[in-house]
Amino acid sequence: MEKYITTPITEKTVSELKAGDYVYITGTIYTARDAAHKRLYEALQQGEELPIHLENNTLYYLGPSPAREGQVIGSAGPTTSSRMDKYTPLLLKQGLKGMIGKGKRSPEVIEAMHENHAVYFAAIGGAGALLSKCIKKAEVVAYEDLGTEAIRKLEVENLPVIVVIDEQKNNLYERH
Amino acid sequence: MRTISTDIITQNIKEMCIEANYELSDDVKGRMLESVQTESAEIGKQILSQLEQNLEIAKSDQIPICQDTGMAVVFLKIGQDVHIEGDYLEDAVNEGIRQGYVEGYLRKSVVGDPLIRENTKDNTPGVIHYEIVPGDKIDITVAPKGFGSENMSRVCMLKPADGIEGVKEAVIETVKLAGPNACPPVVVGVGIGGTFEKCTLLAKKALTRDLNTHNEIPYVAEMEEELLNKINALDIGPGGLGGSTTALGVNVEVYPTHIAGLPVAINMCCHVNRHIHRVI
Repeated sequence: MEKYITTPITEKTVSELKAGDYVYITGTIYTARDAAHKRLYEALQQGEELPIHLENNTLYYLGPSPAREGQVIGSAGPTTSSRMDKYTPLLLKQGLKGMIGKGKRSPEVIEAMHENHAVYFAAIGGAGALLSKCIKKAEVVAYEDLGTEAIRKLEVENLPVIVVIDEQKNNLYERH
Repeated sequence: MRTISTDIITQNIKEMCIEANYELSDDVKGRMLESVQTESAEIGKQILSQLEQNLEIAKSDQIPICQDTGMAVVFLKIGQDVHIEGDYLEDAVNEGIRQGYVEGYLRKSVVGDPLIRENTKDNTPGVIHYEIVPGDKIDITVAPKGFGSENMSRVCMLKPADGIEGVKEAVIETVKLAGPNACPPVVVGVGIGGTFEKCTLLAKKALTRDLNTHNEIPYVAEMEEELLNKINALDIGPGGLGGSTTALGVNVEVYPTHIAGLPVAINMCCHVNRHIHRVI
């Protein structure tokens, strides 16, 4: 099914999304990949305040290429999600509702998604030029020293993704 | 004896890093376009046509095909009648990479130490392979390598008794394990024989070979064809979401090995299989 959703994502929205749905996301989302995840995780473990609120928010596993003059962002496709698996259950406990990446997730992440009512989307790997067209604003909001791995606040319009794992643990990658 | 200045090498490497990241070579592009026609699954067709669109946008709007513009792998075949003049050759190559990634709006994806992990901010150093060959030219291949697929690559130290069937199983199993993570449709580079490190280098080189060619050894060429068909029957499909296009090509290279061994390396590459070739 084709669905259009806006962020922040509520538990009700999550409950309506099913593995296999084509979803177009509009609104604010945040980028975070390996190094930013490590910092978010360590900050939580030390009881520090996070630089972004995770509640009802969506993380896009992305490290973009640099923007040219007049461009909002460079190439902006998803990176492999499984590298974030170690850190993800703790972020889901903080109310993270959506994750955009590509590839498989660990059983621990899938279980934590079920417990905390979250959804996992895949964007098309290797379509960074195409996906960049859906990003209308981009601004570094944390960990600027990480370069491409800094956390960016993005305003997206109809970002095309596919629900791969829903909160009921249905998994589009497990078809056989 | 012919003299080649390192300035020329730097300039070429720079241009090649940029070119590779904005436009695919004709062989890979050709296979992509073919696959849109032959793909059997609806979802697969849709993803492939979006990837095709992505290639058009990358070229027209000058946005890299993929945000992972890779770690620069450089193969230099240096004619033994060439005299290189100027800087230290390795510095000249890295300077080309630096200029290409900085001036070409490419992502800086290299950390200076694998465990301390501080970004070098100019994508250097590259991974450089030198070969001394006959002649008075330098043959350069630049192959920026993305890591979504690199991470799914494997080395299998098989036993001689495992034979060709064991090799095929190792390749198929690697593609299955990679699944959606390697950004299918993929290109598979296979290196068989040599030693532990030699087979991995063969696999990497296999990825830089034109997809419209086969290995010159007939049984290896047959194996390439058979593996491609078997991989495309796995139903991993574009994006890992099902379909008949899991791989665009399988290239296999072989080398003599030891009586006790059968090393096999499988280097996975996504469809953004970048390889640019020049002779100076």
